Amino acid sequence: MANESGPDETGKTGPGKSGERAFRDDDLERRRRQLAETLAARRQSEGEGERGAKSGETTGYGQAVKLSSEFIAGVAVGAGLGWAIDRLAGTSPWGLIVFLLLGFGAGVLNVMRSAGVVAQVDPKASDKNAGDRDN
Amino acid sequence: MSNDPIHQFHISKLIPIEIGGYDFSFTNSSAFMVATVVATSAFLFLTTSSRGLVPSRLQSISEMCYEFVASMLRDAAGSQGMKFFPFVFSLFMFVLVANILGLFPYFFTVTSHIIVTFALAILVIGTVLVYGFMKHGFGFLKLFVPQGVPGILVPLVVLIEVISFISRPVSLSVRLFANMLAGHITLKVFAGFVASLSALGAVGIAGSVLPLAMTVAITALEFLVAFLQAYVFAVLTCMYLNDALHPGH
Repeated sequence: MANESGPDETGKTGPGKSGERAFRDDDLERRRRQLAETLAARRQSEGEGERGAKSGETTGYGQAVKLSSEFIAGVAVGAGLGWAIDRLAGTSPWGLIVFLLLGFGAGVLNVMRSAGVVAQVDPKASDKNAGDRDN
Repeated sequence: MSNDPIHQFHISKLIPIEIGGYDFSFTNSSAFMVATVVATSAFLFLTTSSRGLVPSRLQSISEMCYEFVASMLRDAAGSQGMKFFPFVFSLFMFVLVANILGLFPYFFTVTSHIIVTFALAILVIGTVLVYGFMKHGFGFLKLFVPQGVPGILVPLVVLIEVISFISRPVSLSVRLFANMLAGHITLKVFAGFVASLSALGAVGIAGSVLPLAMTVAITALEFLVAFLQAYVFAVLTCMYLNDALHPGH
């Protein structure tokens, strides 16, 4: 783009081949910086807008399916583990009872974690993922 | 039984193969998996082969896919996570293209079978476990011990964390499978209403406009769900890989 507009400006800057070259380089540099700034600003505002729109749009159906599947998975895995332990150790029904309750706990933990109420396991990642988690 | 909403998930053997008493048949599911892989690779190869500096429309779609997955992975797992980029990108593209292919009439939806999504989820969790233990050794187990928990509660909390970890592949696979299954059944049931209502005569044909409109609306919704589920699958993969990369506190 700078090359296209170059010839127009050389007419104004006057004689001197080297001066003209320096001017064009300066100009190019200045423009490039300006473009980078504008792009950065635009990208940031775009990202924010997108994020806001996305979290508003997917709060319904997607969120419901996600949270319920997290909870059910916790309970189901707890019950499955308890049942397997009972079968192997012959402690029926205590393994099932205890692990079903633990599974409930795990399910609630899953739900709260994916809803962003409880911090992620990794505290460093929790701030970074704050935006992603609401999808 | 053209009106049976479950019939579309039926697996039929195209080429029966049996090795050592096990069934290795090439089924319609396998055929559509091959179709998914071929379609994805062909699209990515052909659109990026010209490598224009100013991308054509199709090339910019490929580039958008790349940048979308790359920025997702970088956000969730940092730049260290980029070594998993080929894995996450393949997973994302496979799930996305399989979901979208399944929306064509008479096509089979690969991701509507839980064994397929569960295999994908086990692949993810297996990668997390293997890489986590390889990189951190037994330090990876710190993942299960949150900081600032009173000593008496530690065994309980560790048990709950372990169950929560094991439930990850389950919820990951069930979510994708349930979404695709439910969406396709709903679509089929509403489309079935159109046929059975219009058999009732003039009034029925007038009334069948409603389920027809619903079918069109649900088809649009299914395209959104197809993309959204592939996205959620990939995002969660990135977050789990992040656990493998940084299990400490």
